[in-house]
Amino acid sequence: MSDATPLNVLVLVKYVPDAQFDRRLDPGTHRVERTDSILSELDEYAVEAALQLVEAHGGVKAGHRVTVLTMGPDGAGSAIKKTLQMGATEGVHLCDDALAGSDAAATSLALAAAVRHLGGFDLILTGMASTDAETSLVPSQLAERLGLPQLTLVSEIALEGREVTARRDGDTRTQRLRAPLPALVSVTDQFDEPRYPNFKGIIGAKKKKTHTLTLAELGLSAEEVGATGSWTEVVSSAARPARTAGTVITDQGDAGARLADFLADQKLL
Amino acid sequence: MSTTLVYLDSPSLAQGSEPGKADRELLAIAASRGDVVVAVPAELPEAATAALGAYGATAVVVPDAPLEDQLVAPHAAFVAAAAQDAGADLVLLSNTGEGREIAARAGIRLSAGVVTDVVAVGPDKTFTKSVLAGAYTAESRATTGIAVATVKPNSVEPAERGSGTAGLRAISVPQAGPAARIESTEEKPLSGRPSLDDARIVVAGGRGVEGDFAAVEQLADVLGAAVAASRAATDAGWIEHSYQVGQTGKTVSPQLYIAAGISGAVQHKAGMQTAQTIVAINSDPDAPIFEIADFGIVGDLGEILPQAAAEIQRRRA
Repeated sequence: MSDATPLNVLVLVKYVPDAQFDRRLDPGTHRVERTDSILSELDEYAVEAALQLVEAHGGVKAGHRVTVLTMGPDGAGSAIKKTLQMGATEGVHLCDDALAGSDAAATSLALAAAVRHLGGFDLILTGMASTDAETSLVPSQLAERLGLPQLTLVSEIALEGREVTARRDGDTRTQRLRAPLPALVSVTDQFDEPRYPNFKGIIGAKKKKTHTLTLAELGLSAEEVGATGSWTEVVSSAARPARTAGTVITDQGDAGARLADFLADQKLL
Repeated sequence: MSTTLVYLDSPSLAQGSEPGKADRELLAIAASRGDVVVAVPAELPEAATAALGAYGATAVVVPDAPLEDQLVAPHAAFVAAAAQDAGADLVLLSNTGEGREIAARAGIRLSAGVVTDVVAVGPDKTFTKSVLAGAYTAESRATTGIAVATVKPNSVEPAERGSGTAGLRAISVPQAGPAARIESTEEKPLSGRPSLDDARIVVAGGRGVEGDFAAVEQLADVLGAAVAASRAATDAGWIEHSYQVGQTGKTVSPQLYIAAGISGAVQHKAGMQTAQTIVAINSDPDAPIFEIADFGIVGDLGEILPQAAAEIQRRRA
């Protein structure tokens, strides 16, 4: 990327129930009850990666843009707000009642339509997974639908001219990846710690714009998304019985031996 | 009779080894439904095809030309082509990061619903999985003719060696579209311990190990267990990230999970609360981990773990 060509980055984020609290499935719809929701913690790494990439090439002053897109209910605007406070330049909120209950296939369909509608992105960044559904399917499905190279589950990312490079760490191996722009990148929590919004960021965010998009603007019908547009359905769900505390002892100098006793009793040795 | 496509990509297979335990679990699920077609994304030696036949494959499919050295996309194109070629109504992959990514893209190519983290497959293609960090068990189905599922290890009894044989056929793979080039691959050194994904016993250390995993490793080795860590320990750099159990790491369901010096924050519990038996050792009697432990010890892990290791060794001697 020459510095004469501003970089146009899109970050996808999700508004999810805070995992610090008890999360519940609605017994009728089997959908997650969306109370006490926040910006998904794992998406903050994608925002941080986008901001660092832009800052390495002159920052927002050089004309680079970091747009944040979320698909979610009314309250999801608060997730966008936090990213604007971190330093993103503008927000887009895809909001339509018909989207509720979308699985990964329907979500990726709607997001692909939104990306095409907005247009012109060099890079699309996502987190490694949402902290609610945790399937990690959407980044790959979006890459497939948009015909973009995917550089997924990466912990380092850099631009070299019009190419993006990244490091992907798996359980058994580390890979170095390279692709021409435009490309889709998912960032793990092994990327640098996301920044906290500072005072200047919080004040500055008040002047930034968030644009709302509806399905109609994307040329999608209600039947193509939500439960009817999904290719999977949850047919039943049941809360797992809560674990209860067992025996707790205080070490009197023989706890190691008593642990061995316990394991032997449980036939675990 | 239904046909299931099983995607296997372990490098040892291409070297002629027998399928590993996780692979044999996929083969067992497929065999319970009918025909088993195995797709392997590389050239296969005759011995590997014979071994797959012995473990239940009715046919083995490979690409007719080597796949590009690119990430995910060519493999997904191959899986989708193989599923169509085999007339499969179910595609099974392992629930690894890459397995899920290949499943995701193959699902789009096949217009098929994808379900991840599956622990059981019912006769009518009902998939059982844990959701919300193990708080719920859910049953899902694909609403499409073909379903794609990624299956967690330790879910079913692995297929046993029989006397079956499989034919090998090569299929052409359509263009996958733009993909990232893999410029280099560095294999990580093997620890000699069981992998965290399929270990029967896991010994994990957290903030309380204060930088030293020696006592955790020692007990793990006596028990033949895998080593794991909390996010506090991996973030501190005491142990590599791939050992992390929790919301942002691995989710494990071993028979026995021993948590040493781990407070039991939501982040960690999310990755281990479906273990059959939980043992906790912590110096803080108020640590939340004790609320879910079957056996808890308040004390110094630096004393307790070596004593337990020595005692277990003594009893076995």
